[in-house]
Amino acid sequence: MSATTAIALPKIDRHNRLPIYLDNQSTTPLDPRVLEAMLPYFTEHFGNPHSESHVYGKNAAAAIEAARADLARLVGADPREIVFTSGATEANNLALKGVAHFARAHPIGGGEPRDQIITLATEHKCVLESAAALAREGFAVDYLPVEPSGLVSLDRLAAALTDRTLLVSVMAAHNEIGVIQPLAEIGALCRARGALFHSDAAQAAGKIPLDVEAMKIDLMSISGHKMYGPKGVGALYVRRRPRVRLEPLIDGGGQERGLRSGTLPTPLCVGLGRAAALAAAEMAEEAVRIRGLRDRLQANLLRRIGGLVINGDPERRLPGNLNMSVPGLSAPDLIDACPSIAMSTGSACTSATVEPSYVLRALGLSEELANASIRLGLGRFTTAAEVDFAVDALAAATTRLRADRRMTDGAEPPT
Amino acid sequence: MTRRETYLDWNATAPLRPEAGAAITAALLRCGNPSSVHRWGRAARQSVERAREAVAALIGAAPEGIVFVSGGTEANHLALIGTGWERILVSAVEHSSVLGAVPRAERVAVDGNGIVDLARLNQLLAGDPRPAIVSVMLANNETGVIQPVAEIAAITQAHGALFHCDAVQAAGKLPLAAARIGADLISLSAHKLGGPPGIGALVVTGKAEPTAMIRGGGQERGRRAGSENLSGIAGFAAAAEAAAAGIADYERVRQLRDGLERAAIAAVADAVVIGAGVRRLPNTTALALPGVKAETQVIALDLDGIMVSAGAACSSGKVGPSHVLAAMGIAPEIAAATIRVSLGWTTTETDIAHFLDAWTALHRRHSRRAA
Repeated sequence: MSATTAIALPKIDRHNRLPIYLDNQSTTPLDPRVLEAMLPYFTEHFGNPHSESHVYGKNAAAAIEAARADLARLVGADPREIVFTSGATEANNLALKGVAHFARAHPIGGGEPRDQIITLATEHKCVLESAAALAREGFAVDYLPVEPSGLVSLDRLAAALTDRTLLVSVMAAHNEIGVIQPLAEIGALCRARGALFHSDAAQAAGKIPLDVEAMKIDLMSISGHKMYGPKGVGALYVRRRPRVRLEPLIDGGGQERGLRSGTLPTPLCVGLGRAAALAAAEMAEEAVRIRGLRDRLQANLLRRIGGLVINGDPERRLPGNLNMSVPGLSAPDLIDACPSIAMSTGSACTSATVEPSYVLRALGLSEELANASIRLGLGRFTTAAEVDFAVDALAAATTRLRADRRMTDGAEPPT
Repeated sequence: MTRRETYLDWNATAPLRPEAGAAITAALLRCGNPSSVHRWGRAARQSVERAREAVAALIGAAPEGIVFVSGGTEANHLALIGTGWERILVSAVEHSSVLGAVPRAERVAVDGNGIVDLARLNQLLAGDPRPAIVSVMLANNETGVIQPVAEIAAITQAHGALFHCDAVQAAGKLPLAAARIGADLISLSAHKLGGPPGIGALVVTGKAEPTAMIRGGGQERGRRAGSENLSGIAGFAAAAEAAAAGIADYERVRQLRDGLERAAIAAVADAVVIGAGVRRLPNTTALALPGVKAETQVIALDLDGIMVSAGAACSSGKVGPSHVLAAMGIAPEIAAATIRVSLGWTTTETDIAHFLDAWTALHRRHSRRAA
């Protein structure tokens, strides 16, 4: 067989493109450097990484191990603690169901079995759905309310933890409102009660410093496409010391130390590794730049749009996230009125449905304010010019919609 | 001069088709989450739906029946665990992802050629009235042996059982039509037919509705949550289209494979081709060189630049007897000496000659040593 054809690296032009992309919590554009790292593994190094008997397989396996090490370094883990999955949704399902099913199948002698799972009412759907599935299987699931800021109440968590608590699952940084939970404090509380701590870090990884040791995290979910890597790949960090035991969700060939079977997608794993290495190297500087842009966006919007409400804790949040409600308007109307900006209401997964965000309702927002909420997500490729353009577009659209509304209201017959 | 490399491990993974490479690159450069309502999100959604049609067309299924998953292994899990049927029967030669998904499954024996014992299957279904799902692969990954799926479909239907067919190795190598397979659920994998790894599909043909194993945002009509793997899906679709268009090329591949087997038997009197007497995939040969361990053959061939495997790739890291060959009743010494040689659409006569030279030389070295 002749050599496989390499894919030429295409030129990317992201400048002056409309719409302006302010939906980086939904998905991030692939970093061209990540693409460059991935391409050879689609073509010249296409071997099955589990075919260890020949060089094509060995090359692929070596690239996967290098990527695993890069990802481990990003969160302070050992490479052997990283399990590649098809994404954060699978990682979250594996964490919750895997821990619960293992605990049920292997009860520890003496004492009451650990069968309680604690999570927050504002977690991502995939955590809530996994928890709900476990509740149907007889596990006791507690959904803790959050503070109006979106942050967990540590007192409430401490009170909910018992000797029967198996697992606590709290998202590191929120996909809709961007708030960052006090992970180290949660980790300490869990460790003291012998409960495992899982954190969905799909939004946080690569954006804020994470350290599984310092934060006493036992399981952590990571997504590729939320940190400028490819879609279709993610990982679950699984602590080795003390060892966290899981039942696999997908069994078969025994890949990933038996925790996740299936042929590993080499180019996607390589992309995730490269994305992690870039994030580790550039996170500090990038966070300052993006936070500056977000603050500018927020300050100018507050100045230009009367009555604007910022949702979620104003300080403890992702540098690139802004979630706001424009009183008196509906978010879908505002999105329709601003076709030059790609933004969303709530999270992407649920944005196809028109219900108000359960997350904002859990923060205590009125239905009207929840319905008026817009999520703006800034990222690595967002520029100051784009931010200023977005401010103008949003302010103009708001003014127009409010004027329309006044006219409509004015046209109504007096009662 | 670079050393010649000959890839004959296509059943482990196939090289990417150029059409898939172009589609993947284009998709990687586009940003957008198909669940987002803005135009980049809508464009992403459209690309997923177009891909669904292309993959459906490969096996003549309805696009609504295609559930994109992370690969063949997940598809097999979703079929067998997601349907939640009480009784599960699998053939003894299924892929480890089927056997691993449901370790408690009842095994249906195969004959000496690796074909499912239909009388036994009928008997097992007749003897127990509980709702059952039967999983039998279309073609075996190690031997290429093709199962009588239409008969299996008729038997399962007669007993009100569901039929799941793992078509991962067959898709793209044989012309397939879901209606002729007759299965209720069919598993597909992209990287076996020239698409990228990390993407596959479960085809739901109507009767059975699997419950999601991976839950969350409700993607894939609630059957499989998680943001869609857009580049994987686009690459899968392009590869499926190219595979469908290139299916006739497998006649050429079959002739190469048959030539390889004839030459191997002519050169080595006691060489054995497993399953030679029954219908097999046109690209696969399970070839035994008695007296020489499969691992020894694989390593020696690798030194000569030829890539083959001892059994399936997923288990090839482990050295153990093949459960497939054991189920066929192949003598352990023959099974331990069997390698898998699998060809593909870019395989040439020169590749076959390269293999035969190295393999017969290996045989000569070992015969001298034995003598």
